[in-house]
Amino acid sequence: MNQFRRTFLKGAGAAGTVAVAVAAGLLKPTQVLAAEWNKAGFTATKLDEALKTIGGAGAAESKDILVKAPDIAENGAVVPVEIESKIPGTTSIALIIETNLNPLCSTYDFSNGALGYVSTRVKMAKSSKVRAIVKAGGKTYTAAKEVKVTIGGCGG
Amino acid sequence: MADPMKIRATMQGDVADVKVLMSHIMETGQRKDPKTGQLIPAHFIQEVTATVNGKLVLDSQWSQAISKNPFLGFKVKGAKAGDKVVVNWVDNKGEKNTAEATIG
Repeated sequence: MNQFRRTFLKGAGAAGTVAVAVAAGLLKPTQVLAAEWNKAGFTATKLDEALKTIGGAGAAESKDILVKAPDIAENGAVVPVEIESKIPGTTSIALIIETNLNPLCSTYDFSNGALGYVSTRVKMAKSSKVRAIVKAGGKTYTAAKEVKVTIGGCGG
Repeated sequence: MADPMKIRATMQGDVADVKVLMSHIMETGQRKDPKTGQLIPAHFIQEVTATVNGKLVLDSQWSQAISKNPFLGFKVKGAKAGDKVVVNWVDNKGEKNTAEATIG
């Protein structure tokens, strides 16, 4: 038996196990199909690279996106951020902290009636623009708000 | 890590306003243990999904830049009182948690 055949059979065996697990209800199909974590984007240290992985390069500035965050954050470890997109047909929002070590903070995909709105709390290493990248109707839009941080929330 | 997640879901007009509070350390992997000088390994939630009556409404991916004990708020149009909201998360170590609530 040659090596290729061995590897192939091994792979087929493993796939069979997954199918059995699905059939037995151990794994819900939705969990299997969930999009894989965007490792390239979340570990990128440059803003441009992070933007590329989410298709956010060249997004148009929009006044229909509200980025709500404090002007001055006393504690960078907990900065409340709210993003609301009033653009019809908003399908996703990505949240970016431009000067963080890894600028891409989180992404949100909406479906089945969820509005283009998200509220969260983020860590900021230092003062930065908090940027939202919104996808709606196949186009990308962006808006940002400057937040001054007096005590950083990463490291130390 | 089996600390319960809290969900509060209320109707505001025809929109369900869902607020979730999770219990997680959200370690960045960039912090050093002051005693040993070693980096504390990253441990954070990577994926959060929410469903209303079994239909996916939010599929979210997170990095370590989300604050400790994360808060998440989202809104769903067309949901109604009595609908069931389920929120799931998975972290980078494969730990999971799930919670459900009824929209009130």
